[in-house]
Amino acid sequence: MSTPKLDVRTLSVSFGPAHHATRVVHDVSFSIAPGEAYGLVGESGCGKSTILRAISGLNSAWTGAIALDGKALAPRRTLEQHRRVQMVFQDPFGSLHPRHTIDAILAEPLAIHGLDDRNGRVQRALEQVGLGGAFRFRFPHQLSGGQRQRVAIARAMILEPRLLLLDEPTSALDVSIQAEVLNLLEDLRRDRGLTYLLVSHDLAVVAHMCERVGVMRQGRLLEECTADDLRAGRVREAYTKRFLAASEGYDRAMARQWDTLDEERIA
Amino acid sequence: MIAPALLSVEDLHVRFDTPHGEVAAVRGVSFDVGRERVGLVGESGSGKSMTGRAILRLTPPMARVSAARLSLEGEDLRAASPARMRAIRGRRISMVQQDPKFSLNPVMRVGDQVAESFLVHHRASKRVARERTLDMLAQVRIRDPKRVYDLYPHEVSGGMGQRIMIAMMLIPEPALLIADEPTSALDVTVRTQVLAILDDLVSSRGLGLLFISHDLNLVSTFCDRVLVMYAGRIVEQCAASELRQARHPYTRGLLDSLPKLDAPRPRLPVLVRDPAWRDA
Amino acid sequence: MSAVVPKPGWKAWLTAEVADSALQARAQRAWFGWLRFLRNPLALAGLCVILALGLVALFAPWIATHDPLAQDLAQRLLPPSSAHWFGTDQVGRDIFSRVVYGSRITLAIVFLVGILVAPIGLMVGTVAGYAGGRVDAVLMRTTDIFLAFPGLVLALAFVAALGPGLVNAVIAISLTHWPGFARLARAETLVVRSSDYIAASRIQGASALRIVLRHVVPMCIPSVMVRTSLSMAGVILTAAGLGFLGLGAQPPSPEWGAMLASGRRFLLDYWWLATFPGLAILVVSLAFNLLGDGLRDVLDPRSS
Repeated sequence: MSTPKLDVRTLSVSFGPAHHATRVVHDVSFSIAPGEAYGLVGESGCGKSTILRAISGLNSAWTGAIALDGKALAPRRTLEQHRRVQMVFQDPFGSLHPRHTIDAILAEPLAIHGLDDRNGRVQRALEQVGLGGAFRFRFPHQLSGGQRQRVAIARAMILEPRLLLLDEPTSALDVSIQAEVLNLLEDLRRDRGLTYLLVSHDLAVVAHMCERVGVMRQGRLLEECTADDLRAGRVREAYTKRFLAASEGYDRAMARQWDTLDEERIA
Repeated sequence: MIAPALLSVEDLHVRFDTPHGEVAAVRGVSFDVGRERVGLVGESGSGKSMTGRAILRLTPPMARVSAARLSLEGEDLRAASPARMRAIRGRRISMVQQDPKFSLNPVMRVGDQVAESFLVHHRASKRVARERTLDMLAQVRIRDPKRVYDLYPHEVSGGMGQRIMIAMMLIPEPALLIADEPTSALDVTVRTQVLAILDDLVSSRGLGLLFISHDLNLVSTFCDRVLVMYAGRIVEQCAASELRQARHPYTRGLLDSLPKLDAPRPRLPVLVRDPAWRDA
Repeated sequence: MSAVVPKPGWKAWLTAEVADSALQARAQRAWFGWLRFLRNPLALAGLCVILALGLVALFAPWIATHDPLAQDLAQRLLPPSSAHWFGTDQVGRDIFSRVVYGSRITLAIVFLVGILVAPIGLMVGTVAGYAGGRVDAVLMRTTDIFLAFPGLVLALAFVAALGPGLVNAVIAISLTHWPGFARLARAETLVVRSSDYIAASRIQGASALRIVLRHVVPMCIPSVMVRTSLSMAGVILTAAGLGFLGLGAQPPSPEWGAMLASGRRFLLDYWWLATFPGLAILVVSLAFNLLGDGLRDVLDPRSS
């Protein structure tokens, strides 16, 4: 393919002191084409959020290679690099500073990067996510969960990034609000030619939003497939099959089959 | 439903006084639960959790609960004294909550907590309680009950913690179990396993189950009947197998706005709330 | 539109549904916080007492009935009467006037200590908490050294080294109180540091300085404010203790603690010498405590 938007090669992340480190991500490699939406799906502890943090620059203790538009990203990012990769977080209640007005929250990235027309940009960012000017001088606790998530998206978009990292963006939202936010994200991607890396535990959301999906388990990328393959059940790994089946809902017959419980990891 | 209902609720109201006036979290809810699984589904703010708590009379102190009827196996719960309610909770009705991280006491061994649940309602020696606990832990398919007995809550995974909660709540042998989002904090594959255990226990003991959740899909596959709540009222009651043919526009809207693996759509239909639904 | 607001429109401006400017948004928030504060009668009483203290200090020359330093040996040790509301002390000075003027000293101590310890403790705590690693270790061990000594003992040591006097007493008291604030700010910072909104700022490329000043400090300010108020009670008592030992404001200055000390000898027969300054200390300390509790109820960011 042409230069992938994001190219990750043998990414590994460990936590803890050097002599006693725990590997959380093992040699993960994948690529995302420009304008594509790629989903990373897995259960808790699989390392998907850790990968996002490494790509975003929040976590600098990784080894391997991360390239954006063909250019390597170092663990420490430049201001320009920060502009091109932004992130939307899972918890709408925790991702906005409780003491800042929406206006201040949106204006801050502009101030950090020295961009002009602060007023106009903030106004447009809010309109882009379907919020009017009435929200500008409110505080986060005066907004609903869905509105806060829209502000979080506006904040991520205001710097005009090319790659958007989405960490379970709708997991904490009600079903009816989830649909609105997913539609908004899809519109933004289409209108601006953005590239998405979406992380979720919800297969239905991932299959809806993404063209390709990577299934992760315990720090490893188990398999990659297209969303269509996922829907049709054309998957290779037994784990993926189980994940798919469990996502459909509860099935008495299927539950009987799994009589050997995985001995769950004890902390 | 020919058998008499275990739980009978009629015209339940839960009201709060706030600085902005009176707010009603539950506005006239009526339903019965027999020896079956009933799913109570709603979004946040629909009043579903408050309904569960009102049945157990565990609402916040400033809440005002009123009902035309609230009875368990014929006994009127509204008239029960605090001492009587304490005897009922656990022994006749139990509740499993969402996250074992928060519902298990972090400084007590899990086995002791389950044993305590038994001892509160039965006069027995500690040894008997321990034996019963080990037996119960085995029933929730914990492979090494003796070892797990001595663990602390932070040492067990989410799925195991929830199984321990189920053990704790079922050891006094209640007639009705209320489960408030019991699997929402669990991974999808673990969820299936925990639900299977709940499934077996509910069937084998002939319990009534009130399953409160926001997950419409899950409830429709696990339960026998589904009640959909919106703004403090029940807007739809139907058999779980007939949920796809639901009639109320809110239920239809919710079902439509869910992304589905087997039915891809470029855009998800967005639920438009009709103010008229509040007075369904 | 918000520039020309007629006086009666203030209420509407403060309770408007939609705020038009950052100023209005903050004013509205302060207004609702104030209304919440008013619901606590004890805290309100505390605030009133402190405001009264301020007024008394400000208008001392007009409130006092006599010159606080004027001695009149013919009028010594007189009990409270219409001429001398709190009686006179052992050299004939009017105790009421001395208590009134003493409020200036108390207020000065409280104010000076407050503006020293709160900002210093806040900055040390937030920097230590955010930076972590060696910076954190160095700053916290320094704090530990100061914390290891009992407050009054440390204050005594400093005053002994620096010499007695009001300014030195203020410095000594500040040195004993700032570590508590640093610890508090650091604890808050550790919690705040792992929040998503801090992560979002880092992803935007914000420098550590910007994050500490604009994101971390605002979250620490409420608890620091509460602690300042609660500490003031202790500060007044420490100052009184130093004054009692002759190490604070020097005679003939009407500092309440010093008045307590000199009145102690006469306590049994001439109770009014020590009782009135003692009551003043009690009332003001209590007021700061109540105010602090009320502030905590209003400002706790966790509840919002």
